[in-house]
Amino acid sequence: MAVTVKTFSSASEAAGALSSDRSARYLGGGTLVMRALNEGDVSISTVVRAQDQALTRIDASGPRITLGAGVTFARVLAERDLGFLHAPARSIGGPAVRNMGTVGGNLFAPNPYGDFTVALLALDASVAVAGGFGSRDIPIEEFLQSRDRQAGTLVLSVSCTRPASTEAFRYRKIARIKPKGGSVITLAAHLPISGGRIAGARVALGSMAPTQIRARAAERALEGRSLDAATIAAAASAATEGTSPADNALGSAWYRREIVGVHLRRLLSGQD
Amino acid sequence: MSKIPLQFRHNGRDVAIFVDGGTNLLVALRELIGDMTPKFGCGQGGCGTCSVLVDGELHLSCLTLAETVAGRSIETLDGMKQGPNLHPLQRAFADNFAAQCGYCTPGMLMAAKALLDRNPAPSRDEVIEAISGNICRCTGYEPIINAILAAAGGRISA
Repeated sequence: MAVTVKTFSSASEAAGALSSDRSARYLGGGTLVMRALNEGDVSISTVVRAQDQALTRIDASGPRITLGAGVTFARVLAERDLGFLHAPARSIGGPAVRNMGTVGGNLFAPNPYGDFTVALLALDASVAVAGGFGSRDIPIEEFLQSRDRQAGTLVLSVSCTRPASTEAFRYRKIARIKPKGGSVITLAAHLPISGGRIAGARVALGSMAPTQIRARAAERALEGRSLDAATIAAAASAATEGTSPADNALGSAWYRREIVGVHLRRLLSGQD
Repeated sequence: MSKIPLQFRHNGRDVAIFVDGGTNLLVALRELIGDMTPKFGCGQGGCGTCSVLVDGELHLSCLTLAETVAGRSIETLDGMKQGPNLHPLQRAFADNFAAQCGYCTPGMLMAAKALLDRNPAPSRDEVIEAISGNICRCTGYEPIINAILAAAGGRISA
C-alpha cells in the first residue's frame, strides 16, 4: 500500500508534521519504519523525513557529548573520541544495519533490540525532543517510560557526560549468535569512583522488561561501597529485583532471570 | 496517489523511474529497473540478501526508502562482472564452492566487495565481521570466508 512521504529541510517542520498527524511515523535509518511497511503495517499512512544537518551532527570534543538522532552506528564507530560507545555500537546488527540504523531510532527499537539505548540509560543521557510546542530535554529514563506516547514528537539528539575513565563504564551483550544476534540480555554499568567508593552507580538492563530499565536494587548494593567481591556479589544477587522479562525465541523469562546476576557479576568483576 | 520521479545511478548508468510513496529500493531495482540480482529474503534486515552499495556503503535495499537514493550511486551484483569476465570475488566464490543454493550469494558478494574496497587485505576475523549481517543456510560459512580471503590474497584458486 502506498504511503505519503513528506520530506522537510528542517527538523522543526518535520516535528510539526508529526505532531499533527497520528498516522505519521518519522523515518530515520529505515530499519524500523521500512520493516513495518514491508510487513504491511497499515497504521502508517504518512512517512515524515527531515534533511536537517543538525540531526547528523556529532559533538564529541568536550566532557559532555551530543549525538544527533540521525547519527548512524557506523559513524559512532568511526569517531575516536567516542571510544566508550564503541562496544555498544559494535554489538548492533551487521555492517549494513550499522550503516543505516541510528542513535535516535534505537530509542524506539523493541526487544530484542535497543542495545545502544541500554548504554545511554546507564550513562544517564538526556533526550532532546521537538513536539508541536517547541523542543525540550527529557531524562532518558523518563523518555523510555513514556515511549509509547512519544509518537507525535521527534527526537533531535541525545547527550551524555563522558565517563571519567574506561573502567567507569562497562557494557555486555549476551547473544546466541556471534558476532551478530539479537539480545538475550544486555547490561551496562556506569560506576564513577570517588575516594575509592562508587558514587552515582547506574546499572541498566535490556530485554529484562518491556523497555530498557535500571536495576535499582543492584545500584543500591553498589552505591557508596568499594567494588570488591562482597559488593559485587550483593549487586549480582539483587539484579532481578524489579525486572519483568518475557519469553521469546532467544530465551525464556526464567532463563533471563537465571543469567542476569551471573553476567552482572562478570561485568562488575571485569571478566570477559 | 501520485508517483514520485526518481533519478539515480545504477551500476554506472543513469536511470529515471517513477515510484509509489513508500516503495523500497529493492522493489524499485527488481520491478522497475529489472535488476533481479538483489533478492528479497526477510524484509526485516535480518538476512542480508538484498544488500547493495549506496555510494560505496553497504545498505539493505529492502529497508531503504527508494526516494532517499535520489542522485546517489547504487551498485548491485549485476554491475560486478568486468566485461565478459567474472569479478575476482565471483571467480573465488565459484572456485571455493562458496555458493550452493545461491540465494545468499548476491548479498554475500556485495558485503565482501564493501569490505575489500576499503580493506584489500582483511584478516579472517574482519571477513567474518563483514558478512555477519548475511545469512547462509547451506554452506556453514567456511567456504564463503575462504573464498573472500582467497580473492583478497589474489589467489583465485584455494
